[in-house]
Amino acid sequence: MAADGSLAVSDASGVSRGSANTMQRFARRRSTIAFVMTLPLLVVIVGLVAYPAVYAIYLSTLNRRMTEFAGLLNFELLFESDTFWNVAFQSCFFAITAVLLKASIGFWLAHMLHHIPNKGQRKWRGMLLVPWVIPPALSTLGWWWMFDPSYSSINWLLAVISVPEVPWLGHHWWARIAIIMVNVWIGTPFFMIMYLAALKSVPEQLYEAAAIDGASSWQRLRYVTLPMMANIISITVLFSLIVTFANYDIVRVLTNGGPRDLTHVFASYAFQVGILSGNIPRGAAVSLFMFPILAICAFFVLRSVTRRNKEQM
Amino acid sequence: MAEVSLRKIIKAYEGGVQAVKGIDLEIDDHEFVVLVGPSGCGKSTTLRMIAGLEEITGGDIAIGGTIVNDIPPRDRDIAMVFQNYALYPHMSVYENMAFGLTLRKFPKAEIDKRVKNAAEILDITPLLERKPKALSGGQRQRVAMGRAIVRNPKVFLFDEPLSNLDAKLRVQMRTEIKKVHQRVKTTTIYVTHDQVEAMTLADRVVVMNHGIIEQVGPPQELYHSPATKFVAGFIGSPAMNFFPARLEEASGALRLHLPQDIVLEVPEARAARYRSYAGKQVLFGIRPEHLTDDKPTDKTNPAPLTLTPEVIEPMGMETLAHFKIDGAEISARLDPETPARAGEPLRLIAHMDQMHLIDPTTDKVI
Repeated sequence: MAADGSLAVSDASGVSRGSANTMQRFARRRSTIAFVMTLPLLVVIVGLVAYPAVYAIYLSTLNRRMTEFAGLLNFELLFESDTFWNVAFQSCFFAITAVLLKASIGFWLAHMLHHIPNKGQRKWRGMLLVPWVIPPALSTLGWWWMFDPSYSSINWLLAVISVPEVPWLGHHWWARIAIIMVNVWIGTPFFMIMYLAALKSVPEQLYEAAAIDGASSWQRLRYVTLPMMANIISITVLFSLIVTFANYDIVRVLTNGGPRDLTHVFASYAFQVGILSGNIPRGAAVSLFMFPILAICAFFVLRSVTRRNKEQM
Repeated sequence: MAEVSLRKIIKAYEGGVQAVKGIDLEIDDHEFVVLVGPSGCGKSTTLRMIAGLEEITGGDIAIGGTIVNDIPPRDRDIAMVFQNYALYPHMSVYENMAFGLTLRKFPKAEIDKRVKNAAEILDITPLLERKPKALSGGQRQRVAMGRAIVRNPKVFLFDEPLSNLDAKLRVQMRTEIKKVHQRVKTTTIYVTHDQVEAMTLADRVVVMNHGIIEQVGPPQELYHSPATKFVAGFIGSPAMNFFPARLEEASGALRLHLPQDIVLEVPEARAARYRSYAGKQVLFGIRPEHLTDDKPTDKTNPAPLTLTPEVIEPMGMETLAHFKIDGAEISARLDPETPARAGEPLRLIAHMDQMHLIDPTTDKVI
């Protein structure tokens, strides 16, 4: 009897049967089954992520006409370009500001919703999720109309309270703020719903214990709610940072990178350089800059989540 | 430490449902009082009102002579131990215990002293650096108690603290709680649905049912002199047996006529108490331990009866026999060496000096 309980075949006539058994045993192994089950996903990841990534690296090493190997020339030229550094700054400024705002407003909204009695909560939850379910390009168009210098409804409202007209998309700082506003409007519901779920999972007795221990409502938030939500906050912030950093549609629809290329982010700039200006290797080089920044963020956030999980387990 | 007074306490929810219907209770300083009753009797609600976690609909609660109706939990100087322990999972055992003191801005040295002292009382000193997840149920319960002890509050509140532990650990922790109370002597209010916990821990037991207090008294008093049918049936395990009976008087003696033509004589000492019920339908109550097997040594047996057990349960130190009379489940505690067998008639004796009669119209013990 073999270790796994199957009968070992030792006679010469059973050789072929023996190899069939080995195959069966191989197919039955947990690792084999796991591999087969994840194969469809692996194919998708290789086809849509790994291959384009490797191809982008290859493209970034070519010359403009894509006829010969140019080494790191594209990267060198980017480093020398002011526009590129503006794009890098705007990408980081946009992603960090927008994510911080989305997380804070989402947290506040989740708290408000959490304190509405269950009956009315569903209605508000549904309404607050609307910005997230509308296609971003469509809602950005709506915002574009609202920011339009001639018909801006926002400026009209500001005029009602005697605030002077704002050049929303005409001045680069206002345009940057406008892009962040739209992104926050679209992205906040995601944070809100995640934080609401996290809030609901905090046991009520912890708050009661804290109340008896002498905690004020601010201290309950600081010492109970936030630590209990730390993991979900880290993960949503990381996830949103990646998505926001790689955002393309809002910039493309709202400002198209203008004025003077000062509102471009990596994705929209890569598209402009690679597709619109026809310099595909340079565009590939721009898009590759997103990877190391996001990889470092992901590493630190996931490490802190793992550490916290280990501590609390 | 302080006394606690509940005066006409009412708790009503939306729709007018009353969970607590105007209870009065005076708890003395250093006393250990247990609120016991079935689910939904209002015991936990009462405790939560004392803690300040539930608003009071009517009445007054006073702790140490001060009415605390509108005082938030943190200013009531109470500590509470919850059923699910409610330990902060992200804090170590030390931090959990120190949390209340830190918030109250105690000096570090004082916090350290108190936490270490409480840890010593509860035997959890080696666990101080661990997180709650790394502790067993019993250890978590100790930490929850430690968190209460370090505060040195006026009143300890326990909300079914042993319900989540296994049977063996429950017995062990019960003793621990009693030991802690004997040592720190803080006024304690303890809620449980387990009457054994209530009997073993309490100086006084408060039996609650449907939002009212059925009876308050020391455990032995509740056991021997229950005031109502509910208390008689709730206290004691297995529960008291109840038989529908008719009280008849013949030539000066009172006799109980039970189903299956069983007739039991009422002891003379009780006759005066029960005489006014002669000729009436009553409920005869007797505890299983007062319904025993008829041993040859029991020469003074006043009330023999023969019943056929359906089930015999040998427990080691005793044997339980279960009978059915007119649909009612009856049990008796027999000698562990009893020859009784299921399905075979068994001669029992009822210790009538321990009997109870209940007026079926009021459910009050006569």
